[in-house]
Amino acid sequence: MTVLIGQLFTGVSIGAVLLLIALGLALTFGQMGVINMAHGEFIMAGAYTTYVLQQTISAAGWSLLVALPVAFVVAGAMGVLLEFLLIRRLYARPLDTLLVTWGVSLILQQLARDIFGSPNVQTRAPDLLTGNIALPGGITVANNRLFILALAASAVVALTVALRVTPLGRRIRAVVQNRDLAAVSGIATARVDRMTFFIGSGLAGIAGVALTLLGPIGPTMGTNLIIDAFLVVVVGGIGQLKGTVIVAFALGVLQASGEYLTTLSVAKVMVFIAIVAFLQWRPQGMFTLRTRSLA
Amino acid sequence: MTLFRGRRILAGAMTLVAVAALAACGSKTTDENTAAGVSADVSGDTVKVGLLNSLSGTMAISEVTVRDSIMLAVEEINAAGGVLGKKIEPVGEDGASDWPTFAEKAEKLIREDRVAAVFGCWTSASRKAVKPVFEKNKALLFYPVQYEGLEQSPYIFYTGATTNQQIVPGLDYLKAQGAKTLYLVGSDYVFPRTANKIIKAYAEANGMTVLGEDYAPLGSTEFGTITNKVKSSGADAVFNTLNGDSNVAFFKEYKSAGLTATSMPVVSVSIAEEEVKSIGTQYLEGQLTAWNYYQTTPGAANEKFVAAYKAKFGADKPTSDPMEAAYVSVYLWKAMVEKAGSFDVEKVREASDGITFEAPEGLVTVDGETQHIAKTARVGKVGADGLIAEVWNSGQPITPDPFLKSYPWAGGLS
Repeated sequence: MTVLIGQLFTGVSIGAVLLLIALGLALTFGQMGVINMAHGEFIMAGAYTTYVLQQTISAAGWSLLVALPVAFVVAGAMGVLLEFLLIRRLYARPLDTLLVTWGVSLILQQLARDIFGSPNVQTRAPDLLTGNIALPGGITVANNRLFILALAASAVVALTVALRVTPLGRRIRAVVQNRDLAAVSGIATARVDRMTFFIGSGLAGIAGVALTLLGPIGPTMGTNLIIDAFLVVVVGGIGQLKGTVIVAFALGVLQASGEYLTTLSVAKVMVFIAIVAFLQWRPQGMFTLRTRSLA
Repeated sequence: MTLFRGRRILAGAMTLVAVAALAACGSKTTDENTAAGVSADVSGDTVKVGLLNSLSGTMAISEVTVRDSIMLAVEEINAAGGVLGKKIEPVGEDGASDWPTFAEKAEKLIREDRVAAVFGCWTSASRKAVKPVFEKNKALLFYPVQYEGLEQSPYIFYTGATTNQQIVPGLDYLKAQGAKTLYLVGSDYVFPRTANKIIKAYAEANGMTVLGEDYAPLGSTEFGTITNKVKSSGADAVFNTLNGDSNVAFFKEYKSAGLTATSMPVVSVSIAEEEVKSIGTQYLEGQLTAWNYYQTTPGAANEKFVAAYKAKFGADKPTSDPMEAAYVSVYLWKAMVEKAGSFDVEKVREASDGITFEAPEGLVTVDGETQHIAKTARVGKVGADGLIAEVWNSGQPITPDPFLKSYPWAGGLS
């Protein structure tokens, strides 16, 4: 029983990590339809931001807190730059966007290598986050995992609220649902696109900060994450956040239980098979957005 | 329409792959035809040697330090007049933590740069990838890292420990400490899998039980489940054969789960001083490692090595076992060449038996038959200062036995 609950928590926390890395993508790919292969490098940028801040602010706790907004802005700014320079010229050509952003991702990886060196680096976690909380029954809950879970939850809540109630959120939804009609109604769609890209990329930066609590920071960390992120968004369904949330946690728990019963590699295979089977049954993903747009 | 376009792209990609495969086959045949004609270029007043280490990717954390210590040995030898009157000219290549890249760069060093010997490789996967290249071209590799044994190549000198000089003594130590149950955690490639096969055979013969074994892909950073399994097994000790910076994620998770060196000690065979520093002493204090050398190993030769390394690369840089083995390998090669009076690979090999060197770890002797070296085994404990303090040693150098022929329990392994 203890093991079961411990494993369930591990699954949920894997889900939280998946959710954090996929949330930004759910916005840029899910809402805007841009296949941004450099999304993983925005996560890397967030992680390196944490590292740089920790070199400047030596207190691990403060540097982590400061890193959250700074990483959001750094990654967001990179996203806006990418959107402004390249992606906005390619909105009608999704396959070219894929190639271009992949190229950008390689350039960013090399840039990270040149700036920070090829070997991976680590950050120190604040003492508060290296311990654990012991629950009755011998269950321990790791503090860093709890922090990531809370961070993922607040990111989802903040994003949902922003999309539902703010004027910007209304404009984003209008553009997603019917770009032409939004444009004739006086919405500056190009500016909305840029803001959407800023928020989506910024969320990748936040994911990067969270990942420094779990493992090393390196130039190739983005490549390892981008596939998982796309899987979550594709299975969750385009144009909806709730699909992404549900699928992230479902895949996390599936991965953790599969890994517990078999081995890590077999569990990965099981997850992939489950995804393929699911997409055969529902190619459009878990939830879809019905729109009246002609595209 | 999009569907058709997709198919066309797919077809294009397939063609590309097919062409690449054909090209690869083609180049292979030409290699074989001219293989006999390659020998080291020693006509000038320098002799080239190849340095093949990962300077990028998941293994760079470890391999960069090996490159540094090889460079140190090369510089020292050059300052003292070189080898057979020739200065050593190092040619560096990056294996990029990618095994085919290692094979490709090895081929380049041997055939294009025509080096007299190559020093490098860390993971067994990279060594297995380059082994056929060295055998085909009859060139020499000096491999400086502890490994899983069960291998012997006429063109490789193994200057790190084989299993009977590291893993078996490590297990002996655990047994003496009263450990009855073990949990095995490793990276998913040839070294951890073979090492764990040996550990299981040892455990069976020595009344120990292996409660579970788990593997994570190299570079994996998700250890929540593995840690849960380890914790719930209640094993007396964990034997850790993880490589590279998966160790960072594993030990962070281990500490988060409330496991400590006193509640469940971990014996690691791939964590040396450099890795302790980057994983963070806060996660490793009190944990055990099995090696043949620590920065704290006493002796004049080690004091000189540590001082020279720190003077060149910085006072905060620790020295470690693979670095020491790499440093020693250059000196052993020099001694072999001087004894042979030639850079010729076959002559160097013939001259190798019985060569000794007063290494930082103590006296080492080359065994010409297995091309391994006799080394002293050590077990150490990570201290608060990030250094490893010896808690046990074998007292004298252990003769290398890569196929564990002298251990009856290891009969079914090779």
